[in-house]
Amino acid sequence: MNPLTKTSWSPYLVGVGIGVLSWFSFATVDRQLGITTAFEYSAALTEQATAPQVVKPYLEAKAKDGKTPKIDWEWMLVLGVFIGAYASSKMSGDRAPEEKVPPLWRWRFGDSPGLRYAGAFFGGIIMMLGARIAQGCTSGHAISGILQLALSSWIFAPVMGVTGMAVAFLIYGKEGRRHV
Amino acid sequence: MFDEPVKLVLGLVTGILFGVLLQKGQVAKFQVLMGQFLLKDFTVVKIMAMAIAVGTVGVHALVSMGLAEFHIQTASLARVIVGGVLFGTGLSIFGLCPGTSVAACGEGRRDAMIGVLGMFVGAGVYVAAFEALQPMIKAMADYGKVTLPQLTSTSPWLWVGALVALIAIALAIVERLHPKRLNTKL
Repeated sequence: MNPLTKTSWSPYLVGVGIGVLSWFSFATVDRQLGITTAFEYSAALTEQATAPQVVKPYLEAKAKDGKTPKIDWEWMLVLGVFIGAYASSKMSGDRAPEEKVPPLWRWRFGDSPGLRYAGAFFGGIIMMLGARIAQGCTSGHAISGILQLALSSWIFAPVMGVTGMAVAFLIYGKEGRRHV
Repeated sequence: MFDEPVKLVLGLVTGILFGVLLQKGQVAKFQVLMGQFLLKDFTVVKIMAMAIAVGTVGVHALVSMGLAEFHIQTASLARVIVGGVLFGTGLSIFGLCPGTSVAACGEGRRDAMIGVLGMFVGAGVYVAAFEALQPMIKAMADYGKVTLPQLTSTSPWLWVGALVALIAIALAIVERLHPKRLNTKL
């Protein structure tokens, strides 16, 4: 049977796959797996085109480091994640269900899609702001940085993990554990 | 404006593989990620720990053979602590992290698409507020782009060996306590 038509693979197998993929990215382009720099560059390019004054200090600082925002390897990687997940979910039929609100959220906040969208939107803003301040996310810091034994990542990962847990229990409480 | 074409193609291929792995790993789902933060489902920990154990051996081998270099971020305490707190908070409100949210968009999840839009806005805020953020970023010590072996003047292989052993033990315990995954059909 074609493994791509299966809904899920063993998490250990998936972990090995991501580990090998990190070798691949170091070996082919000498880069680490990451996601959020592509968002920063896209935002910078958009602001450069629409509000150049706003983005000037950022661009000048980046130019000093020899980095200019561009459509790069990582930008294509983000696009690829979308395509890969799309293809994988199509082949297994593991598509988003009709309901727009996940069960845990629905139990806590009701089934209004608008409220869920607002939560996703504002959560997304805060999360990305944090990722760019820290210069990495779950991929860049918590996997790639940890495996490179980077001091920055070994501080970031526990801080974000503990904060994430604290906020999750604050929002959903122990009772919420019954709804996941 | 663009990387050279071969890099763009390699990025796309790497991304597609990453997307398939995240989707098959069932981590492009709000319930699974929040299940991890609520300590109910350990899929995320299993995947990440395994990726780190496998990755660290290969990447250190590549670097010691001179085939790659480390690409790490500076250990600015303000950056990683303030960033980590904001990141963890936003992640638990949104319920997906940057990579998994993009994969969730691929699954057709509309809340993930709105969240990714928010992420784009968040990146825009960072870029626009770049100058204003500098005093905060420079308020605490910065230890530079340093690795744990460099910091302690020890062999990286000592750390790699210890990390792999630790992960093996941790995963054995996790598997005993949490062998099953959530019903993601929910």
